[in-house]
Amino acid sequence: MSGMIATRDAYGEVLAELGTENEQIVVLDADLSGSTKTGVFGKKFPQRFFNMGIAEANMVGTAAGMAAVGKIPFLSTFAIFAAGRAWEQVRQSVAYPKANVKIVATHGGVTVGEDGGSHQSVEDIAIMRAIPNMTVMVPADGVETRAAIRAAAEYNGPVYIRLGRNKVPTVIPADHPFAIGKGIELVVGTDLTFVTTGLMTAQAVKAAELLLADGISARVVHLGTIKPLDQDILLKAARETRAIITAEEHSIVGGLGGAVAEFLSGACPVPVHRVGVRDRFGTSGKAEELLKYFGLMPDDLVDAARGALARS
Amino acid sequence: MNETIAQLEEKARNLRVAVVKALHKSQSGHTGGSLSAIDMVTVLYFHTMRHDSANPRWEGRDRFVLCKGHAAPAQYVALAEAGYFPREDLMMLRRLGSHLQGHPDSKVTPGVEVCTGSLGQGLSMANGMALGLRLDGKENRVYALLGDGELQEGQVWEAAMAASHYRLDNLCALIDCNGLQIDGEVARVMGVESVPDKFRAFGWHVLEIDGHDIGAIIAALSQAKVTKGQPTAIVARTVKGKGVSFFENKASYHGVPPSDEELPRALECLGCFEDCEKISH
Ligand SMILES: Cc1ncc(C[n+]2csc(CCOP(=O)(O)OP(=O)(O)O)c2C)c(N)n1
Repeated sequence: MSGMIATRDAYGEVLAELGTENEQIVVLDADLSGSTKTGVFGKKFPQRFFNMGIAEANMVGTAAGMAAVGKIPFLSTFAIFAAGRAWEQVRQSVAYPKANVKIVATHGGVTVGEDGGSHQSVEDIAIMRAIPNMTVMVPADGVETRAAIRAAAEYNGPVYIRLGRNKVPTVIPADHPFAIGKGIELVVGTDLTFVTTGLMTAQAVKAAELLLADGISARVVHLGTIKPLDQDILLKAARETRAIITAEEHSIVGGLGGAVAEFLSGACPVPVHRVGVRDRFGTSGKAEELLKYFGLMPDDLVDAARGALARS
Repeated sequence: MNETIAQLEEKARNLRVAVVKALHKSQSGHTGGSLSAIDMVTVLYFHTMRHDSANPRWEGRDRFVLCKGHAAPAQYVALAEAGYFPREDLMMLRRLGSHLQGHPDSKVTPGVEVCTGSLGQGLSMANGMALGLRLDGKENRVYALLGDGELQEGQVWEAAMAASHYRLDNLCALIDCNGLQIDGEVARVMGVESVPDKFRAFGWHVLEIDGHDIGAIIAALSQAKVTKGQPTAIVARTVKGKGVSFFENKASYHGVPPSDEELPRALECLGCFEDCEKISH
């Protein structure tokens, strides 16, 4: 692991690069361009940057219209507003026509911190994933964010990418070839598998180190894409290790854990233990405190692993 | 000009006949709001808009967004009449496997630009098209047709604000003010007037016309075309169910198709006396 960068910062940088490379890219924001980092693009390409004001529903529809005339719109706001406020606009105006719109939602999860529960989206993965035609990505770090944003720009169709507010360690090797829908086995292991997304991947890598000191071999499978789901990597893990533990900075209802459980229950039934926010709203606090409070630390993953192995 | 108007009036009458037949055949769909919009749709497709049915994706085409997507039959009959697909397809309206979905679907219907049906979302998409086209330095115009009940959706006003903020003079919204929605009079359900004042307050150029006067529609659309620096809203006063006397001004015919018994009478109202048996089954 090396380097700490917030995924939203990586987004701001790569989006501005893409602006130079592809003239069709346009960017929309809803009065949060400083926070979402779309402002970097906006400074460089004022003609192709549209501040839509505090009106997320209209922003989503406008992006759909731009896509209908050949533009590649990236729109950003906080995850709670992109996925929550504008859910039906995303469904009707973007996903249903398969519009080429990229929704890059920052400030996902509880690590939004002090703003509290109103601003901490713990449901966005579930509700975006439920929409047909939608691709859902949650990069682990800055490296993967850059790759995911580039892949989204090249892919023709609706994409939802969830990013975070805070600096996170880099865990994805810079030379790893990113592909939408492909997971990565970051740590090899034979006893159990952590299936993780977003910043929980770094937590799982730490947990695997702690477990190894105790002679437990934990595999870490990172899913940078939750939809479409990398079925092969999950089947392999279900067959080769004794337990599956999912971990996400999101509700345990309907997110990564839900997706993995849905798939494995049919394809290769094994116990799936879900680590995440336990069907509760977020609350104010510092990001690190909240990860502890909601049970999203490496120690919590270690406990979950021991529990799962004991029951297996 | 008078000749053109007479021809368009005849075209609108034919399209009303086609709407009534298609809705009768499907036994499902929105009669009142399709008929109130027909005259505007006719002028757009057969007079004002540049488009090419042989090449639905032609770059030079103007864009039409039927924000009140439940009036899809009005758009479908115009598209069929213009040659986007065979007229017989209209008899497949709302059937499983048909390219004529209950509400406009750009994925399957040639000539449909976006998906609408969820009220309140269309104007935003029209804005996006207008912004995108202008960014490319193109002259294409964008037309959006809304219902007056639809104006109750907050997103319409977000879009109205954005259209004037971005000075979208390549955009023209037509508001089909038939005064009715599903549960009754718009004024009773949730009053939206004064529609012209509201759009004016939002920075639009506003024209108020009789939405069944072909000449007035033509004139308003050409005025919109030469209006610079702001979008134009054409507030069209219309009659829901227009053309079929017993449908007119009745909220009860919002989403009710003509029955077997009503079909011949409806066609008669439209001056169509052909053998109805043949077309109905
Ligand atoms: C968001 C949304 N809510 C509800 C409906 C159901 N609906 C279909 S048509 C309609 C009334 C529309 O009234 P208006 O816009 O005045 O249309 P018109 O009278 O011209 O048919 C309603 C409520 C819908 N299609 N979309």
